[in-house]
Amino acid sequence: MLTQLRDQFRKTDVYKSIFRHSYQDTQRNRALQIVDNVFLHLHPVRVPRHATNLGYTWGMGGITFLLFIVLTITGVILMFYYRPTAQYAYEDMKYLMNDVPFGPLMRNMHRWAAHAMVLTVMLHMFRVFLTGSYKPPRQFNWVVGVILLVLTLLLSFSGYLLPWDQLAIWAVTVGTNMARATPLLGHEGPFGPELGLRADNDVRFVLLGGTEVGPPTLLRFYVGHCIFLPLIAVIFMVVHFWRVRKDGGISGPDTGKKNF
Amino acid sequence: MADQPTNEVVKPVQPQIAAAPIPRKPKQDRAPEEDPGIWRMNRRNALWVGGWLAFFGFIITSTVGALRYMFPRVLFEPPTKFKAGLPADYVVGEVSEKYKDEKRVWIVREKDGFYAIISICTHLGCTPRWLPSDNKFKCPCHGSGFYKSAINFEGPAPRPLERAFIGLADDGQIEIDRSVKFLYEKGEWGKQGSFLEYKG
Ligand code: HEM
Ligand code: FES
Repeated sequence: MLTQLRDQFRKTDVYKSIFRHSYQDTQRNRALQIVDNVFLHLHPVRVPRHATNLGYTWGMGGITFLLFIVLTITGVILMFYYRPTAQYAYEDMKYLMNDVPFGPLMRNMHRWAAHAMVLTVMLHMFRVFLTGSYKPPRQFNWVVGVILLVLTLLLSFSGYLLPWDQLAIWAVTVGTNMARATPLLGHEGPFGPELGLRADNDVRFVLLGGTEVGPPTLLRFYVGHCIFLPLIAVIFMVVHFWRVRKDGGISGPDTGKKNF
Repeated sequence: MADQPTNEVVKPVQPQIAAAPIPRKPKQDRAPEEDPGIWRMNRRNALWVGGWLAFFGFIITSTVGALRYMFPRVLFEPPTKFKAGLPADYVVGEVSEKYKDEKRVWIVREKDGFYAIISICTHLGCTPRWLPSDNKFKCPCHGSGFYKSAINFEGPAPRPLERAFIGLADDGQIEIDRSVKFLYEKGEWGKQGSFLEYKG
């Protein structure tokens, strides 16, 4: 009876729309399972044996991506309680830490994953360097990677301001003060004064929304942290993964022939 | 040799296709050859040029607009000019921290007068603290130290703290303007407004 029901269910359009291919262990069917799925199709259909070797990739790119997903989910959860205004930000952070059920867990996961992600991106970059994977045909993906590194650091920096405590405010004061010295764009940098830049019209002013770290800065960093930067990062990650596939999968020892 | 069998495939000779070209009238939308204009404007060209102009016009104006949008016109920041009480309220030899939180300025009373120091570290902008027992300003961020005169002597700060304009208002109160700065390294500390003489 149960088998009958199951077989009946497997014949429905709903089932077939979701599970388009069976578990048949044939080359063709396995390839189809990947190619016909919008999420999996970015991934190479076949992976050479050495690419699954942890000692080779360290899995650092994958772990970075996993951390990004963790950050996205916990970040959205934090957004339910956090208000990005000078009046409430600090209080809401305290509220999350002391009175919201599972609040501390969510905030700590978000914070630790953020720290870890900065570390794993750098380790990933290091291993790509060590294995020489930046060489043609993967030069372009190295460039995409550098952009992802910068985006990761910017996400980390912009998130740091949001608790709106002393550490946050002064860290961001120090960080954004370096922007004063940007050539051509900062009012204390080379050619800045010559171009008529002042404290209230240079890059730092755009970043802060004022001449010093204040409520407008909090709002700007919030929007950047929660919307703008993640969006750009996702776009570049899609390209990054696609390129890994299009450049012939994970790099490997030069055997003189194609990997598969 | 010729009568030996070979494996070569003998290709049949293809007859040449040779149709006489069809005489065509010159295309209507093409400018006449003798037209000297660079653009040789015609209907299709005009749409092409107009279309791209509209496209880039849209992209450029919206980008410029978005950039301008990020520069606020009105700032909700404390005014740079303020009154700081009567000269007689200050004690000789002391550094007043009364206006540090709100205006980020210290007012120092020496024997013959006053000067105002902007409490922004010249390293990377933290607010140093006045330590009366050590007789120095000390920055909590990376440890820069400054004498009471605002001259730097330890830590990463590359130059002395900045002094602000100090003067007397009509009602006899001390008046400070933080937007007018006097930099030691430019030799501005002797200038009018960098020091207020005490006339008691
Ligand atoms: C948000 C940050 C990043 C994510 C999520 C990410 C993710 C990944 C993943 C999943 C792979 C597959 C191989 C592996 O796991 O090692 C990969 C490969 C690669 N990544 Fe990244 N990555 C990031 C940043 C970077 C950076 C900073 C660089 C270097 C500048 C870089 C350069 C590369 C290159 C060249 C490959 C191809 C390596 C090969 O084929 O052996 N990526 N990345
Ligand atoms: S900001 Fe004061 S020492 Fe660095």
